Amino acid sequence: MTFARKLTGAALATGLSLFAALPAWAQEEAPKIDSGDTAWMMTSTVLVLAMILPGLALFYGGLTRAKNMLSAMTQIGAVAALAMLIWVTWGYTMAFGDGGGAYIGGFGKLFMSGITADAVSGTIPEFVFACFQMTFAAITVALVLGGTVERIKFSAVMVFGIVWLTLVYFPIAHMVWASGGLFFDMGALDFAGGTVVHINAGVSALVAALILGKRKGYPTEPMPPHSLTLTMVGTGLLWVGWFGFNAGSALAANGSASLAMINTFVATASAGLFWMIAERVLGHKASALGFCSGIIAGLVAVTPAAGNVGVFGAVVLGAIASVICYFAVAKLKPALGYDDSLDAFGIHGVGGIVGAIGTGILHDPSLGGPGDGSVGIGAQTLIQIEAVLTTIVLAAIGTAIAVYVAKAITGLRVSTDVELEGLDLGEHGERAYN
Amino acid sequence: MKLIMAIIKPFKLDEVREALSSLGIAGMTVSEVKGFGRQKGQTEIYRGAEYTTNMVPKIKVEVVCDDALAPRVVEGIQQAANSGAIGDGKIFVLDVGQAVRIRTGETGETAL
Repeated sequence: MTFARKLTGAALATGLSLFAALPAWAQEEAPKIDSGDTAWMMTSTVLVLAMILPGLALFYGGLTRAKNMLSAMTQIGAVAALAMLIWVTWGYTMAFGDGGGAYIGGFGKLFMSGITADAVSGTIPEFVFACFQMTFAAITVALVLGGTVERIKFSAVMVFGIVWLTLVYFPIAHMVWASGGLFFDMGALDFAGGTVVHINAGVSALVAALILGKRKGYPTEPMPPHSLTLTMVGTGLLWVGWFGFNAGSALAANGSASLAMINTFVATASAGLFWMIAERVLGHKASALGFCSGIIAGLVAVTPAAGNVGVFGAVVLGAIASVICYFAVAKLKPALGYDDSLDAFGIHGVGGIVGAIGTGILHDPSLGGPGDGSVGIGAQTLIQIEAVLTTIVLAAIGTAIAVYVAKAITGLRVSTDVELEGLDLGEHGERAYN
Repeated sequence: MKLIMAIIKPFKLDEVREALSSLGIAGMTVSEVKGFGRQKGQTEIYRGAEYTTNMVPKIKVEVVCDDALAPRVVEGIQQAANSGAIGDGKIFVLDVGQAVRIRTGETGETAL
């Protein structure tokens, strides 16, 4: 009921703003490519690629045990490559094809048909836009693996990737970023993909981890990260790449990108320090892994907020998200007993939810946000919560289907022998360190 | 001949090596080992998951020398590796039946 009313309201608002924009629009000729915007978006695109390889591969790889290092990195690289091929085949059109409805795009751009080097999207070539969005699909499916590493088969990852991208990622990407998409029309604020990337990946990782079951020996056997050095290197690469992710999501080299840039600095800095403060307050030492975890929590939380909140809003958001994520991974996970191996849910899921809801609050001009105040804090926050809940439900259902399809085809989980000996040898016939 | 095997704290290795060199010891074998004795282990904590490691990293030094030198080698290691704290390690002395230099086939003390 309220949902339908909101949709009508949003449609009306969109209609009005379109009407207001019409005269200026009518004067313009064909859309033109801006070379500055294009250069920035090409740069942003490869920055996001660097977040996956080597960023995420090192970040996750360092957190695994030495016997599973190559397995973690290979799964990330291979599923990202698979996502790129699926993207140009049916992914792009499902997310951004013309026509289509609230949940899915039209199928007119299957196999990228009809798109040429002259095609324009906004002020950049459509191929650049498609590549930028392609890297988002690739990193999101790779993030899910944080919940499943050290026990899922390589083949299962590949099957899961195909089904999951199709059932979960492409529809949610459409809902968030395509005009006509459900969240887009609701007026949900999601600058760079807090819902579609982080909540989505985090919730999917949790569901996949629950279906897959715990690693042998968890939680009684020690499973310390084998190289926090590499995790720290990966963290740095993720932070650098995230400027492409967040500031690139302005889709132009403009003021909005600059706001996203400064917020991606300060929210992250705040979160890195606040994780260590939380550790100290609870009587522990400020740790390297804590710093890295805080950095990622801050980056996740500022993703929906990047161009949507003020600078000090971002500082506060990073701090709050960091402390909440700390409790999620250090207290909630052990209390509930699930084995989200590398805390994809605890950091991406929980941080994403805090970021999405926080964005609704901090967007308001009274809190230093760039919003015009036309939608009240309460109303905007409700819209955000609605988008979050919808994402959670879709991600959970779609992931369950994708995992069971992978299980039916591949058996899903490696044998006990392979798990004990390590997936590097068992699944890839190699060792990371000789 | 005696085999003198010493388990020492890793940061004491240089001092032990210098002490033995000054006694005329021309070679030794060093390994990184783990073990436990009376010294307590460390607590590690990763994102709230606490692990107590009771195996402490140590260095094992193995030296073979003639019987006459053995007491001075033991004394040299004992003094050089001593920090006065629990966990300084142990020294074991064993009899050695034979020694062979692989390159020349020399045996006994001339092989050392």
